[in-house]
Amino acid sequence: MKYAFRRLSALLLTMLIVSLCTFAAFSGISGSAAEARLGTQATPERVAALREELGLNRPFAVRYAEWLSGFATGNLGDSLTYRQNVGELLRDKVLVSLLLSGMSFALIVLCSIPLSLLVVRWAGTSLDVAHTLWNQFCMSVPPFFTGLLLSWVFGVALHWFTPGAFPGLSRTGEALHFLLFPAVAIAIPRIAMTVRMLRGTLLRELNRDYVRTAISRGSDRNSVLRRHVLKNALTPAVAFLAQMMAEIVAGVIVVEQVFGIPGLGRMLVVSISNRDYPVVQAIVVILAFWVVASNTAADLINVRIDPRLALRDE
Amino acid sequence: MSALTRASPFGMNREMMKRNYYLCAGLALTGVLAAVTLVGFFWTPYDSAAMSADKFLPPCAAHIFGTDNFGRDIFSRVMEGAGTSFMIALSTIVIGASGGIVLGAVTGYFGGLADEILIRVGDALTAFPSILLALVVISLLGPGKPVNLVISLGLVFIPGFARVTRAAYAEAREINYVKSVRLMGASHARIMLVHILPNTAPVLLSALTIGFNNAVLAEASMSYLGIGVTPPDASLGYMLSEAQSVFGRAPWYALSTGGVMILFLFGVGLIGEGLRVREGEIL
Repeated sequence: MKYAFRRLSALLLTMLIVSLCTFAAFSGISGSAAEARLGTQATPERVAALREELGLNRPFAVRYAEWLSGFATGNLGDSLTYRQNVGELLRDKVLVSLLLSGMSFALIVLCSIPLSLLVVRWAGTSLDVAHTLWNQFCMSVPPFFTGLLLSWVFGVALHWFTPGAFPGLSRTGEALHFLLFPAVAIAIPRIAMTVRMLRGTLLRELNRDYVRTAISRGSDRNSVLRRHVLKNALTPAVAFLAQMMAEIVAGVIVVEQVFGIPGLGRMLVVSISNRDYPVVQAIVVILAFWVVASNTAADLINVRIDPRLALRDE
Repeated sequence: MSALTRASPFGMNREMMKRNYYLCAGLALTGVLAAVTLVGFFWTPYDSAAMSADKFLPPCAAHIFGTDNFGRDIFSRVMEGAGTSFMIALSTIVIGASGGIVLGAVTGYFGGLADEILIRVGDALTAFPSILLALVVISLLGPGKPVNLVISLGLVFIPGFARVTRAAYAEAREINYVKSVRLMGASHARIMLVHILPNTAPVLLSALTIGFNNAVLAEASMSYLGIGVTPPDASLGYMLSEAQSVFGRAPWYALSTGGVMILFLFGVGLIGEGLRVREGEIL
């Protein structure tokens, strides 16, 4: 309980720092970007009026506090391009991106655990070399290239889905079907990384004394692997998978562009090109929060699995 | 592997190479690709920007990767694009590694408050997707210029290297050989540079290969998104975004561009794998 409280306050502190840095970085250039929009008609009076309208004349601390509370109330200021409230603009997009990253994450977990239990048996054989090469190859395939191939093979050639025509979240079944392809594209290299890491952890664990004892006592090798070794390899695996979330978000940003998914990543890229900083800073903080929150969740899950962890960093 | 053969951290003697197939294969693959890329800086079979009437030619003897929608020779474009990608990744790594190693060495060796702060900041930063950070920096600097791309990627790669170096230096500080040379009157700078740095080489080399691949991927992703390298320059990532729009007519464009990039990453990845095998690390 104390541990949970400590982790959650660390999460809040991290997010406060992240949001402050983001806001400070962008507030410096936000005003000039807005002025640039006035173009040649920028008389001093109009600039002053615009600064007043955007609230740039008020103290930094006030603007920051207002913006931060916007994450709770949904009022994050107006987009410079769309003349619309940032909160409203992003609401559906947040869900799409979170759904996509969640699906990739599920794929990674579901594929990498059985795969690593399989490949750990090959250690030291010639299959091991083949697997290492294949694994290394999968890690080298950029998600947007896989995405490009998938959208062509399954979209254009086989008509399983229509790239660029995301059905919207209200049609849940179709949306999940559509997102499966980008999720696979994101997951492939991450599955390879996870299998590699899990294989190493399992191998180290297999060299422990308790494994030798269990096997010499007559336990079946497979059940030792599943019942004892896998459990002990679980905490590092959970921590690793949580770190994977950062990688998944990176994949989401790029792959949304490949499949034409209206999510945060695409919005981020468009807004950077448009210099629409209110939108950019909101998206950055949302994505950062998603990553930091999944890391905190992993810590909390791990301490349930192995309560000794709570004592370690005291 | 005896202690003697490991005496030179950068040297790879023949016996070690013979057994380390990953390292050999990786070096060979990367070597071939790097050589072709290097040639591309001075000579390409065709002018990579020259358009011709031979649009959408499939791979043939005259154009081994075929031609694109403007009739440009794809092989020449790939040679040039790989050069751009390679140079950007290399400059990124030079900025990231030199910044990170200096920062990590000083804080790890001396410890104290700066060290404490660096750990916290580093922990927070490594939780973020590197592309997100790079996108933030590039949107602050202004997108569309290769220099800004290199600066933003370079800055983003500093914390990772600082973290690895710091850990190695903090560990080395407590070891007797460092204490001995200190008693013999060696200066801090000398200890850090001459005594500890060579011992961190295995860790750093491995971090360099991973970092290089991440840099190639990050550059490719950003150029694909249209925020990195923009025309008239071409990089592999930008070419893939071009190739996507003509995939139906000329699938060989995307396949050859992507294939070269994958082989590049695969080669460097194998080198990294080989380096870790050499250290006897359980993978």
